Amino acid sequence: MEFTPGPAIHRVLCADCGTPIVPNSANLCVACLRNTVDITEGIPKQASVSFCRNCERFLSPPASWTLARPESQELLAICLKKLKGLNKVRLTDAHFIWTEPHSKRLRVSLTIQKEVLTATVLEQVFEIEYLVQHGQCPDCTKLAAKNTWKALVQVRQKVPHKRTFLFLEQLILKHGAQKDTISLKEVRDGLDFFYSSRNHAVKMVEFLASVVPIRSKTSEQLLSSDTHSGTANFKYTYSVEIIPICKDDLVCIPPKMAKQMANINPLTICSRVGNSLHFLDPSTLQSCEITSPIYWRAPFESLASVSDLVEFTVLDIEPTGNSRGKHVAADAQVALSGAFKSSRPHGEDESMMDYENSSLANQIFHTRTHLGGILQPGDTVMGYFLSNSNFNSDDFAALPSHRVPDVMLVKKSYPNRRKKNRTRAWKLRSIAREADEEGETSNARGLVGRMGGRDQKKVEEDYELFLRELEEDEEMRGAVNLYRAPKSEKPGAGSGLAGGKTRRKAQFEMDVDESEAAAPAPEDEDEGEDEADFPDVKLDELLEDFDEMTLEEPQE
Amino acid sequence: MATRIQFENSSDIGVFSKLTNSYCLTAIQGSTNFYSAFESELGDVVPIVHTSIGGTRIIGRLTAGNRHGLLVPSTTTDQELQHLRNSLPDTVAIQRVEERLSALGNVIACNDYVALVHPDVDRETEEIIADVLKVEVFRQTIADNVLVGSYCAITNQGGLVHPKTSVQDQDELSSLLQVPLVAGTVNRGSDVIGAGLVVNDWCAFTGLDTTATEISVIEAAFKLQGQSSTAVIGEMRDSLIDSWA
Repeated sequence: MEFTPGPAIHRVLCADCGTPIVPNSANLCVACLRNTVDITEGIPKQASVSFCRNCERFLSPPASWTLARPESQELLAICLKKLKGLNKVRLTDAHFIWTEPHSKRLRVSLTIQKEVLTATVLEQVFEIEYLVQHGQCPDCTKLAAKNTWKALVQVRQKVPHKRTFLFLEQLILKHGAQKDTISLKEVRDGLDFFYSSRNHAVKMVEFLASVVPIRSKTSEQLLSSDTHSGTANFKYTYSVEIIPICKDDLVCIPPKMAKQMANINPLTICSRVGNSLHFLDPSTLQSCEITSPIYWRAPFESLASVSDLVEFTVLDIEPTGNSRGKHVAADAQVALSGAFKSSRPHGEDESMMDYENSSLANQIFHTRTHLGGILQPGDTVMGYFLSNSNFNSDDFAALPSHRVPDVMLVKKSYPNRRKKNRTRAWKLRSIAREADEEGETSNARGLVGRMGGRDQKKVEEDYELFLRELEEDEEMRGAVNLYRAPKSEKPGAGSGLAGGKTRRKAQFEMDVDESEAAAPAPEDEDEGEDEADFPDVKLDELLEDFDEMTLEEPQE
Repeated sequence: MATRIQFENSSDIGVFSKLTNSYCLTAIQGSTNFYSAFESELGDVVPIVHTSIGGTRIIGRLTAGNRHGLLVPSTTTDQELQHLRNSLPDTVAIQRVEERLSALGNVIACNDYVALVHPDVDRETEEIIADVLKVEVFRQTIADNVLVGSYCAITNQGGLVHPKTSVQDQDELSSLLQVPLVAGTVNRGSDVIGAGLVVNDWCAFTGLDTTATEISVIEAAFKLQGQSSTAVIGEMRDSLIDSWA
């Protein structure tokens, strides 16, 4: 066997330095090629990144500020964004080189490739040093300078309760309309929203106009002006007034306006408040819509509101066959709740209303109601007791007395449900909740009633009424975000809401135990299951628990 | 001895000149710098002729020739042909070639005994080449390039070929040519040898970009440094071929 050498490896001399190399398209060795061309040309070797020392975020060009830990991908992305000439080369690798944090320097090692001469790709590793410039981001600036508002939106509703604002707060949260608000303050009969620019305030006013019936007025105050350049500096104030009529209020529409509204019976109930008011005549199911411009042409007030509702018991109900939407007209016989009790547990005590002692207490009232669809004999229902009421209204006084019913039923009530003092499985978010209230559950009040603690008890009452209203009205619930409450310490309380068959039974048993312990009136036991139609808050309606929300960080 | 020169800021001097053992052609230029560079080296030894071919200046690429003759393409005018006949010695046969591949300098690479030609050259042209230049003709490629005239330069002493020519190809070509071959570059890494270099048996001209390393390779390959060159070429061959075997 003879040894045959393999083919000789072919080399040429590098044109510059003369070392033998494998021939390439430039016929230069890599070192000489690198001496000749610099592929990092056009890429700055030093750059700077902005860093907010308050919120510890980096400026991600052009305008957003992002949280980025040292040596993280996000920070690397920000650093690379800062380099200008990178689009002309191919970036194959980039990583941080460790630097002492206090040095305010970041060092990034880059590996780039670029075609040089003809069909020769050169790769090079090089370092870029970033200077971390400490500064303040616009958000923090806004926070640091507290009184720099340029525009103010004053929202007012002249009613004795706060429920509208509680609902409005939820609407604002759901739509994120508080995003640009820099500060807000509760004042008598309403709220003040402060903004750093006029546009934000206008946006808020437009949002309010889209969800509640308002009228607004703009005014401006001259702060300074420059006669040379013709510029002026103003503070703008938007006064927004919400129509002082709420859902379920009893209203007597001025006769002239009632005639225009398809000759509706002037004595109506406010059935819905959107960006206009909807009124319903319970006896005929006729309804009308009054928009806020029309309302403000001839403003009128409500005769009675939810706090004036009286509880009645339905004795008999007979649908008339007339129905419209979810409303079913029915003839109802009602009596005051507790009118026919065989024995009064405590006899006559001081807490009783006058009419409970009078002859009216045992009287049966005939009325026509729109609640025919949901009322059953034996149910309790809330209504206005007109024959026992006195209203200071010319429009009401002008009504012929035969057109005024004795009783106007408004909504079904669930007294048994209310007797159980159970905690809710859901809670609401609130704007700018104070830090010291964080630990508490739904009782922790946020915006409304926090500062206006003139009558804390009344505020709590309003909030509870508002929560009940939410529970009983699915339509209203759809307009707000409900959140899952943290696990309650009482295991029985949460399970009662789940609504399974076995659970229902367990709940009933538990209720008996509870009620026995509380020594209640005997008839409560029978009524325990009557309210199966209670519009429960379903668990799937609830959103997952949320982070603490503040004005400065509107994102979840 | 190799000289670096430039033709009007271009280092591709092989395009604008033709150098053989018995004559030199240069393109017509506004100044005479290019011509003078040749004149100072070649002086009285061979005639240096200013000419154009078919009205163009790229005479180096359009013509092919050696000591015995000169081939010009069909585009050459009668006037130019007459001028060449008058200027060149009577021993040099001049022939106009009707060849489709009219850039004869690109398709023919020759010394005084052997010519390498483009594989697609006409048989008639091949015969003319053999008759006029008095050479043996071989149809060849260099490093898979058919333009043999562009990618190599050969003399009776040696040759420089395209840098990517494999060792086997070099061996094959040198056995045809009976001269040693070296793979190399001109004009700082350019592989178009024919355009960057004109050379005859005793002197060479290269583009101005050619580096010292390349000059030394060229001088070694074409044995332009007298006695000492053998040592250099031995050394060069060692480093280029033998040590990598």
